Amino acid sequence: MTDATESIKEPRTRIVSWYEFATRHRASIAAAVILVFPLLMPFTALAVNILIYGLYALGFNLVFGYLGLLSFGHAALFGTGAYFCGIAIVHFGWPWYAAIAAGIAGGLLMALLIGVLAIRTRGIYFAMVTMALSQCVYYLFYQAVDLTGGENGLRGINVRTIDLFGLRIDFINPMVRYYVIAAFVIAAFFVMSRILASPFGAVIEAVRENEMRARASGYDVTKVRLLTFVLSGGFCGLAGALQALHLSIVPIEILHYETSGLVVMIALLGGMGTFFGPMVGAAVFLVLENVVSVWTVHWQLIVGAIFIACVLFFPAGIWGTLIARGRR
Amino acid sequence: MAGLSFDLIALQLFAGLALGAIYVLFAIGLSLIFGMLTVVNFAHGAFYMVGAYVGLYLISIGGNFWICLVAVPILIGLFGLAVERVLIRPLYGRGIDYPLLLTFGLSYVMVECVRIAFGKTGYPFDTPEVLQGAVNIGVGYFPLYRLFVIGATAVVLLALWLFLEKTSFGLIIRAGARDPQIVRVLGVDVSKVWLIVFGIGTAIAGFAGLLAAPLQGVIPEMGGTILAEAFVVTVVGGMGSIGGAVLAGLLVGVVVSMTSLFAPEMAKVSIFALMAIVLIVRPQGFFGRAGLMS
Repeated sequence: MTDATESIKEPRTRIVSWYEFATRHRASIAAAVILVFPLLMPFTALAVNILIYGLYALGFNLVFGYLGLLSFGHAALFGTGAYFCGIAIVHFGWPWYAAIAAGIAGGLLMALLIGVLAIRTRGIYFAMVTMALSQCVYYLFYQAVDLTGGENGLRGINVRTIDLFGLRIDFINPMVRYYVIAAFVIAAFFVMSRILASPFGAVIEAVRENEMRARASGYDVTKVRLLTFVLSGGFCGLAGALQALHLSIVPIEILHYETSGLVVMIALLGGMGTFFGPMVGAAVFLVLENVVSVWTVHWQLIVGAIFIACVLFFPAGIWGTLIARGRR
Repeated sequence: MAGLSFDLIALQLFAGLALGAIYVLFAIGLSLIFGMLTVVNFAHGAFYMVGAYVGLYLISIGGNFWICLVAVPILIGLFGLAVERVLIRPLYGRGIDYPLLLTFGLSYVMVECVRIAFGKTGYPFDTPEVLQGAVNIGVGYFPLYRLFVIGATAVVLLALWLFLEKTSFGLIIRAGARDPQIVRVLGVDVSKVWLIVFGIGTAIAGFAGLLAAPLQGVIPEMGGTILAEAFVVTVVGGMGSIGGAVLAGLLVGVVVSMTSLFAPEMAKVSIFALMAIVLIVRPQGFFGRAGLMS
């Protein structure tokens, strides 16, 4: 009798412990997957895109999935990161690492500016206000032709070699480029994992789950929201900076609200509020886009339809649904 | 500042009112739907765009502008009814973000369908012959069509006001916006009311798209820009408030046209600056209920 119950129970505990193990070492697992990832992809440029958009979605997910605020203005954070990085290289001749730092700073700064205004609103308004403010950022960068190149985009971000402790690395080689960018993305994963595991990470989720209770526990909800939004801006700014280095141009479309919508789609597709969801979402979304655009130019139709189906039937997203299955 | 006479400013003010009239129509539909269903319709811009394209199609098969003025809102309204019934209804009670996300995906699909049917490039949209030319309005000559836009908006607003304030169905709508639960307890089928409100809101969006078409032509992306601007209008006016939408829509129109007179490069940014000021000074907007916002 006892044997029988134990044999039934055993696989269950094993799954739970597997799950706990994965949660504890989530950043390391992400790093391992990222390192072998390009071998699975048809071409490296797609893998680089997935990394960058995955990082962008990771930053977005901090606000959407963990804090519970739907932002439709993250393109402003992503785009500002890209522009700051590009401007630092093109106009000021900064080295690549300083330019990436400038990109992160740009994301943080823009998130602070937008956050201060948007955090004053809540719920559904937050989506509208962030979208309107990011549209404002779009027009501002569009008008500043001298700095940003306006309609033509910012051209000439040519980083051919990367100097690292006396080593000269060829940044043109796609594989090398992938691993340089991967190094930053992996670092970001570790930082994100640390933030979420910290007491502050618990406060973020507490605010999402029950604002009143979080407030009653003595937390300044507004400050938590603002700080989380700004942190998210840092991740998105880094993603933008890497995008600028990767494309060697910053197109003005990077600030368009479709870029904001894209990350919403990626995060929801992958699974909001899950650690790996954004990366999974980015991979599925971009591979899908690649496959569909081979046989039709109207891939937006397919993508939109899949997104609608996701909202209706799989609101937990791909990764979220898998986790729910695994835990059961 | 040579040539900036009083007349020029007055004319620009009227141009701003015409532009604002489009914002008002767009934002009213948005506000009506939000006030009742608490759904932010991200596809509202797509309905607006499809309205303009349906008008284009009807004229190309031999209809005229006046037929369009009646047919477009009806067709778009029916389409809106179908969307609410099939796509949005399953999402009630599942969190406020889901209908928003769904309508966002829907706008992708609608824009792409229009691209497939009509191509990616835009079309000009001829002003109906009777409304071409300009009339003297006392301070100078003003395009007749823009006057017509202001007039048509006023008629729609009046009709909507009479419908909401003077009919028993309007009473149900107003009560439902205040407290849907009580209305349900009183034996009203609230889901039917929501269906109809969504239909009315989208019908007005289609009508606005048709009115805007001769002013700016039609392209598949025309809905995206006005959506962001309409969000400004709803934030400034206060979400869910019809009066707020009217006042803020006209204000935004006038602000845009005045800044394009004095500082053209700031015209697009100015309304967002206006929104920022309102958010700092009065976060709930002119007529918004404070509870909704914070």
